[in-house]
Amino acid sequence: MTQHLVKADYLEMFRRMQTIRRFEETAENAFKRGEFLGSCHSAIGQEATSVGACYGLKNDDIMLGTHRGHGHVIAKGGDVNALMAEMYGKATGCAKGKAGSMHVQDLSVGAMGECGILGSHVPAAVGLALAMKMRGEPRVSLAFFGDGAAQEGTVHEAMNLASVWKAPVIFLCENNGYFNYVRTRDRCSVPQFVQRAPAYGMPGTTADGQDVLAVYSAAQAAVDRARRGEGPSMVECFTYRYRAHAFLSGVGGEQEERPQEEMDYWLGRDPIKLFRLRLLAEEWATEADLTGVEAGVEQAVKEAQTFARNSPSAELKEVFLDTYADLSPLARYLARQGVQM
Amino acid sequence: MSNNSHPVTYGEALIEALQEEMRRDPAIFLMGYYLPKSIFFVPADSLLQEFGSSRCVLTPVSEAGIVGSAVGAAMAGLRPVVDLRLSSFAWYATDQFVNQAARNRYLSGGQVSVPAVFVMNVSPGSRAGAQHSDRSYPLFMHIPGFNVLAPSTPYDAKGLLKAALRQDNPVILYLDNAPGPRYGGRRQEIPNGDYTVPIGRAIVHRQGSDVTVVPICWLHRTMEVVDKLAQEGISCEVVEPRTLKPLDIDCILKSVAKTGRLVVVDISHPCCGAAAEVAASIADEGFGYLKAPVTRVTTPDIHIPAAPALEDEVWPTPDRIAAAIRQSVGYRR
Repeated sequence: MTQHLVKADYLEMFRRMQTIRRFEETAENAFKRGEFLGSCHSAIGQEATSVGACYGLKNDDIMLGTHRGHGHVIAKGGDVNALMAEMYGKATGCAKGKAGSMHVQDLSVGAMGECGILGSHVPAAVGLALAMKMRGEPRVSLAFFGDGAAQEGTVHEAMNLASVWKAPVIFLCENNGYFNYVRTRDRCSVPQFVQRAPAYGMPGTTADGQDVLAVYSAAQAAVDRARRGEGPSMVECFTYRYRAHAFLSGVGGEQEERPQEEMDYWLGRDPIKLFRLRLLAEEWATEADLTGVEAGVEQAVKEAQTFARNSPSAELKEVFLDTYADLSPLARYLARQGVQM
Repeated sequence: MSNNSHPVTYGEALIEALQEEMRRDPAIFLMGYYLPKSIFFVPADSLLQEFGSSRCVLTPVSEAGIVGSAVGAAMAGLRPVVDLRLSSFAWYATDQFVNQAARNRYLSGGQVSVPAVFVMNVSPGSRAGAQHSDRSYPLFMHIPGFNVLAPSTPYDAKGLLKAALRQDNPVILYLDNAPGPRYGGRRQEIPNGDYTVPIGRAIVHRQGSDVTVVPICWLHRTMEVVDKLAQEGISCEVVEPRTLKPLDIDCILKSVAKTGRLVVVDISHPCCGAAAEVAASIADEGFGYLKAPVTRVTTPDIHIPAAPALEDEVWPTPDRIAAAIRQSVGYRR
């Protein structure tokens, strides 16, 4: 067994990975049928990175993530019903239908928000950690960001600030090799982003992003360090997304062409398949255990979709709520338009 | 002097506001790269002495990182007050303002708040040239989610900063740093003890009957002109918004209903500027009151030169303000 994990942990990790996979497949099919619009960024292929990174976090630790974020929230233990309903634009969605696929969250488990602008959320993760430190709370903050965002100035400023403040942050880079449809390594100064960690005075480690236990170990070391008050760390996980950058309803996405041997290599290292085999080989779980988990996930995701389909649309008056803390800045507009709130 | 008031400079008023609010609310803390020495161009010694380094977060020069981390701290329930020095420096943080500070409440369906106060200076007359002379408030007025404040007097500076620290929207506070010493380096009597200036409420600095003059970040220069015109027998009513968003259209409208004329004086540029918003709002809601076209006196659509002789001609000059007011008063259909 790895570290202090017990059978229930392995099954729960497997359940979350399988949930992400089935959630994403279900969402993709629904999107392609036109059941909801906008965009949908699939995290299929990256399940081990999300779950491995989040599994060592406690409920009150904060996680911020990316546009490819459904998996992050599920990995943190979020409610799939509210996620799916958000994508369907329903009143029961996690942001009442206002945020959509790129901005899902579940605050009850510390999944404080995914972000559609590359790297834009990373400074906020540092500020959340700063607040924890100022209050003397033993909590940590983890920011997912991709290889694309790793090139954004905000990420660099955030890493420097976190180091200056010794803030309890984990910079979790999910390097899936491509930003949008462009191969990142062709446009980056270093082969691995983690090489930049020492420049910001923090340790950086890498992990096989398809091996959930390897990711868990690497992330856990960073979490432990942050909790001990020793400051931030960076963890870079090498992973792969199976799908195109995005499914888009509004604008056409560029066709992605990735080498077949590359695809084959990564498909052969499918994170769920690998973990499943490992669990059986190490006798940490039985076939019956895993089949049981898979059946449970199937049921839960199906129910989430039914919940989303059957939920009421957000009420129109909702559009005026939540831009401001109250309606007073909009009072004049609402009165002149005769909008009853 | 009275027993109920005391004289303060603009800067002292700001420090008083921080002192009183930080005593009241332990969630308030300061961030800035000139800390611990100064905040808002005012010595910060007294704040540091009283509240210690734990509530004065020292930062490197990283505007995007600072604004973004203030957003995070605010989402965690703290109330950061961020000193960004000049409005020009804050461009770096534009994405963090727009996509994080302004939108995180909305994107969470109202589950998180971002009660952060971002403070920057407008400094016309600084002779520092185009890259140090920005007035970015029209941009942030355009972004839903912010309260945008621009006090010109010590009384309003203290009262609005205190009000900003008692509400839950992100605030951008533009400090008057021009020309030269704030508020002309003078002191103003302000009440002893606690008071706030309500956000979204304009102030009538002077009652008048001929024309409504609305100065934006240019109160003192405008008042000088208005004083002179009074000697010519032109009676100006001076209404200063103080809060640029939400704008107190009711107050301006009430004045225009009385005078029938409106001149807006604004140091931002004309295109989509703050004056444009005031003019459009009054055209929209007060057309029936108007006896003359609404006039704007703004900084032309050009960059700000460094040479004093050039710079002084760029801002709304006394001559241009006076001409606009005379023209409005003299207008006949």
